[in-house]
Amino acid sequence: MQKLYSEISRSERVNKNMVPKEETIKFLLDYSKALSVINYNKLKFEALLN
Amino acid sequence: MKQSTTTDAQLVSAYIKGNESALCELISRHKQRIYSFIYSKVYDRDVTEDIFQDTFIKVIKTLRKGGYNEEGKFLPWVMRISHNLVIDYFRKNNRMPKFENNTDFNIFSVLSDNSLNAEKKIIKGQVENDIKRLIEELPDDQKEVLVMRIYKEMSFKDISEQTGVSINTALGRMRYALINLRKVIDKHNIVLTN
Repeated sequence: MQKLYSEISRSERVNKNMVPKEETIKFLLDYSKALSVINYNKLKFEALLN
Repeated sequence: MKQSTTTDAQLVSAYIKGNESALCELISRHKQRIYSFIYSKVYDRDVTEDIFQDTFIKVIKTLRKGGYNEEGKFLPWVMRISHNLVIDYFRKNNRMPKFENNTDFNIFSVLSDNSLNAEKKIIKGQVENDIKRLIEELPDDQKEVLVMRIYKEMSFKDISEQTGVSINTALGRMRYALINLRKVIDKHNIVLTN
């Protein structure tokens, strides 16, 4: 059987079904729950409360 | 698969009001598009994962701080953030390029270890010893200036202060020290190269 020596182009290599890892999404959701924005006068403070 | 009928705008507004599951829905609705978009630029799964995470951290912060202007363009806005982060990544990478070896090209064929090998180290040590012995033969005043300048890396100003002579005298002594060293080296055909 002959071998194929050509490479598929870069754009074709991008699989349209690629999704981030479960951990990444879990991290983002946990981050969102932990993030607290505190308003003081006109200032906004971020606090991560675990 | 059941398609949710809630619009992005409704989900964003629910999230701002404190509904965490709205964020979950927004992420799962757009994760594939955003992730593929980032990957199509960087071609590295780990980097894509990082940029995806940073994108949503920015989204979360902006939404929670009330900095998002709802114009019905949630996805283009998130894409723009990820696009900017991709640009940041390439900017940073240009300053610190990362090379990965593959079968076609090995970076070590271009880069070499510049440190001396064992033989050259020995020769270097011998040359340095020879020079030290030659310096010992110089008149004391010249030797003093040369040692301070070359080995102690002092400035001529400091040398003149320490030896109690003018800067010009120190410069003159340095000059004669070098001339004398060259004379001796020439006279005895001493090879001082590695």
